[in-house]
Amino acid sequence: MDCNQVLVSKVKKVIVVFTLLIAFLSIKIDTFAQADSAVVPVDSAVAKTAEAVSGEHGAVEHDEKKFEPTEVIMEHIADSHMWHLWGHTSLPLPVILYTNGGLEVLSSGNFHHGEHDYTGKYNTYRLEEDHVKVVGADGKIDEEASVLDFSITKNVAAMFVAILVILIVFISVAGAYKKRVGKAPKGLQSFIEPIVIFVRDDIAKPNIGHKYAKFMPYLLTTFFFILFNNIFGLIPIFPGGANVTGNIALTFVMALGTMIIVNINGNKYYWKHIFKPDVPLWLYPIMIPVELIGIISKPFALMIRLFANITAGHIIVLSLISLIFIFETLAIAPVSVAFVLFMDVLELLVAFLQAFIFTLLTALFIGMAVEEHH
Amino acid sequence: MELVTPSIGLVFWTTISFICLLILLRKFAWKPILGAIHEREQSIDEALNKAELAKQEMARLTSQNQDLMQQARAERDEILKEAKTLKDGILNEAKKQAQVEGAKLIEKAKIEIENQKKAALAEVKDQVSSLSLEIAERVLRTQLDDKTKQEALVANLLKDVELN
Repeated sequence: MDCNQVLVSKVKKVIVVFTLLIAFLSIKIDTFAQADSAVVPVDSAVAKTAEAVSGEHGAVEHDEKKFEPTEVIMEHIADSHMWHLWGHTSLPLPVILYTNGGLEVLSSGNFHHGEHDYTGKYNTYRLEEDHVKVVGADGKIDEEASVLDFSITKNVAAMFVAILVILIVFISVAGAYKKRVGKAPKGLQSFIEPIVIFVRDDIAKPNIGHKYAKFMPYLLTTFFFILFNNIFGLIPIFPGGANVTGNIALTFVMALGTMIIVNINGNKYYWKHIFKPDVPLWLYPIMIPVELIGIISKPFALMIRLFANITAGHIIVLSLISLIFIFETLAIAPVSVAFVLFMDVLELLVAFLQAFIFTLLTALFIGMAVEEHH
Repeated sequence: MELVTPSIGLVFWTTISFICLLILLRKFAWKPILGAIHEREQSIDEALNKAELAKQEMARLTSQNQDLMQQARAERDEILKEAKTLKDGILNEAKKQAQVEGAKLIEKAKIEIENQKKAALAEVKDQVSSLSLEIAERVLRTQLDDKTKQEALVANLLKDVELN
């Protein structure tokens, strides 16, 4: 298929990405080492490293000697109100709360990693397990208080970064097309063009048919949005490292978008297939609910697939890194790094693959909805 | 469980930013990019078609050229052949004419020679007769110097006349 062609022709660039990945990995280990010397002067290097990591990932765990991989990994997978940069340095992010009193905006730095409460205009807030909670008058958390958290969290910020990069890349590529009318593509243009053509010729055209042009912007945006977020998620340091596409909220929105597009564009044959299928009448009580569930289950599968694939990749990479701290020996590090390298390369493939599959299935569903029957 | 519970904040921001991204990219990226790619593909198609046509035209011209060449060659051969026959004809003609002319000349020469010979002979005859006359005159003169001899001759001549 053309997919291979694209990959093969861009082997060079992929190699560059691999090199960068290796560089990032070494930086990751460096960060551990730095945190190491900064935090505790202990006797054994192993104990030091283990503590450094627990210190790095959870400010609360200072006293704990035991390393809890689940906790560390889940913290990385989940969203956060801080963007961890290195050691004990985190980037505070804006917290936007919609309370019963009104809108409240504050910096997450006010919580000092959950050690302090913050009294805003309407309530006092506390950061508990990276969730903003309202503190009642008695000093305990008021679970009843309704507060909607619209904060610019780590995932939102990482998504904004990815969007910014996408906009810069594609608007500059579009500029190149305007500047070099009718000429062969060059530079970034020649990297992007095969992918755009791939989406058009191998995803949109065969699945949607002649009406494909209308859906191209959505398909291309979906493809590159997922792809860029996937790749940014693989970069372990700022501004990457957030598990954006591995968050159910994002995949939910993407799948919802697909569901809306499919059902808005569904023609009479599509609806007839759902409400008046070509089966004996007595089967209708079974068929119609099944078809109705199908409307939901198709995008639902999209949502789960992307979420699970990306999250699983992050968990595996983090688990392999955690091995060093579980075994409490630096000797395991080369093995971990080798496996992580392998996983990162695999994740790079998955990043492309999941973007491709999401877009392909979206195109397929659209194609099924706009297909003309004769 | 928290992992699979979408948080309202992220849903909200994702929706807004994805829609913005879609609108911005559609206007500023996809339209020009897809348009340019489409245009270029068409121009490439066109160029290929034109090249194909040019190729056909070329082939046609080549075959035409070949035909012309063949024709020209045949014509040349024809001309050469004609020239050769013409040359041969002229040569033969010339030869024949030369022979005829030669024969005529020889004939003329013969006649001339004959005439000359005749004239020469006539002259010789004349000279011989006049010479002989002169000689005869001189002989006669010497013989008829005296009277008697003259009278004898006359008598002789008269005798002849009488005989007649």
